[in-house]
Amino acid sequence: MNALAKSCLDIRDLSAVLPNGLRVLRSVSLSVQPGEVRALVGESGAGKTMIGKAVLGVLPPSVRIVEGDMLLEGEDLGKLQPKARRTLIGARTALIPQDPLTALNPSRRIGPQMTDRLVRILGWSGEKADTRIRQLLDEVQIRDPERVLKCYPHELSGGMRQRVLIAAAFAAEPRLIVADEPTTALDVTVQKQILRLIAQLQREHGTAILFVTHDLGVVAKISQKVSVLYAGKVVEEAETAALFAAPQHPYTRALMAATPRYTDPLASLKPVDEAVLAGLAAEIAAADQAWRHPHG
Amino acid sequence: MDEARISRHGSRARLWLAGGWLLIALLAAIFAPLVAPQDPLAQDLMLERLPPFWLSGAEPGYWLGTDSLGRDLLSRLIFGARIAFIVAFAAALAACLVGSTLGLIAGYFGGFADRIISRIVDVWMAFPPVLFAILLVAVLGTGLSSVIIAIAVIDWTRFCRVIRAETMGQSRMDYVENARIAGYGRIGIMLREVLPNVVPSIVALLSLEMGIAVIVEAILSFVNLSISTDDPTWGGIIAEGRLSIHQAWWVLVFPLVTLILTVLSFSQFGEGLRARFDPVLR
Ligand SMILES: Nc1ncnc2c1ncn2[C@@H]1O[C@H](COP(=O)(O)OP(=O)(O)O)[C@@H](O)[C@H]1O
Ligand SMILES: [Mg+2]
Repeated sequence: MNALAKSCLDIRDLSAVLPNGLRVLRSVSLSVQPGEVRALVGESGAGKTMIGKAVLGVLPPSVRIVEGDMLLEGEDLGKLQPKARRTLIGARTALIPQDPLTALNPSRRIGPQMTDRLVRILGWSGEKADTRIRQLLDEVQIRDPERVLKCYPHELSGGMRQRVLIAAAFAAEPRLIVADEPTTALDVTVQKQILRLIAQLQREHGTAILFVTHDLGVVAKISQKVSVLYAGKVVEEAETAALFAAPQHPYTRALMAATPRYTDPLASLKPVDEAVLAGLAAEIAAADQAWRHPHG
Repeated sequence: MDEARISRHGSRARLWLAGGWLLIALLAAIFAPLVAPQDPLAQDLMLERLPPFWLSGAEPGYWLGTDSLGRDLLSRLIFGARIAFIVAFAAALAACLVGSTLGLIAGYFGGFADRIISRIVDVWMAFPPVLFAILLVAVLGTGLSSVIIAIAVIDWTRFCRVIRAETMGQSRMDYVENARIAGYGRIGIMLREVLPNVVPSIVALLSLEMGIAVIVEAILSFVNLSISTDDPTWGGIIAEGRLSIHQAWWVLVFPLVTLILTVLSFSQFGEGLRARFDPVLR
């Protein structure tokens, strides 16, 4: 219990449903320790983004949490008043989004967009926030901060926008950053740089990251722990090294077999094994049955 | 790249041409007593149906000729511009204020607020607008303020629909979610983050609506439902000109040209401004 209380993020048995009763999250449990990178891996539609949004308090109105708790540094988010929850989430978390274009306000210049947030969250003066932003832009290796601060988002390349967003995410020194497929929308050549940059800033700032990805290659590079998600259910969780050395769940093994290997282009064409998916479907159906009739 | 440059040049030219005409018309309207060569109401049967200046029989000082009562056409057009601009600004601003506010609320908050507002808009738009205007003026009585109220009451829905759709699109963008995560309140996000992104559309619509207001005012004057005084209005001059088309075509043609130029200029000016305001298009 003591060890759990110290978690940066602790999700316990979180379930969420759509208006039609479909479960998008199935008793998800997941924790991120301070300063650690936890990867959340799964195919598209598995519910990875939903988990991130649940943590950050921005689930779409149609998605309803029906059970479970979320603890941010030991504080139960469900027990807080909406306003207090917003303030807490605002102060302790940040998001590095999937699409760096729409995550920046198109009609506002980069500079004020970034400083505003610091002034708001930390109550700093505009001047202090400005200094801080410049320092962060330097850390994300933006060489001409003066120009970038005066730019509108569409005047920057995708890679530059993502650097700006990474700088913005780390600027307020959050305890937890949710990175939702932060390299997916970028050119392949830029992906590696951005990944390296996130890893470097994570190390220097000691920030815990919940790193959402569909790419096992990325998982291996960046994370210490990993949770494998399928259809809103965590099917396996392990230390990253252990997972790659000896995947336990058949789905994890199938996912690994389906992951493209750069040396063998044809390997990328292999779908996840059908028998494994059939087995999973049965497993999930059984779990749903048990969930609907907890006493019978 | 080249295409973008050409279209940017095009939009700049539009902005300047349209803006230029509107500025001239506006200045003429404001300083009407100073710039109008004649008293717009002065009748002189000796001077009736004088042709414009380049035709034989024209009199100096009556540049665009006179109507069948001998009143100077140019002076009447200049004084008519006063009413046209007052109606354009007042009616368009009122429609914009009401429509944009409701559109912003419906688009941003969605749900219940959106259902109510959208429903009202649907019902409202079921009325044919010109009939609606005539009906309203008949109820409110003729006069400048009735015309303004009628146009605003009818046309706020145009703003509401467009701004609602635009706001909805913006609200789905991740930057809004990002602001939520940072702890901003809903109304703060609506005003600080979303509103600036729909302002270009509001400006374009506002300008377009001014043109529409000018037309509606002209139509109402044409059917003699606008201003009951003797003040010259473009629609009123057109109505008079129609009666003497065979004897004095200029009394019909000049106000029509003025009207069309002004209305086109308002819409082009709006489009040009949108391109100017929008950081993505710029
Ligand atoms: N706004 C929404 N309303 C209802 N269902 C949604 C919404 N967004 C996504 N979903 C559904 O929730 C499930 C999980 O989606 P998501 O978390 O985006 O998956 P991932 O990020 O793993 O690709 C999907 O089945 C998707 O269809
Ligand atoms: Mg996703």
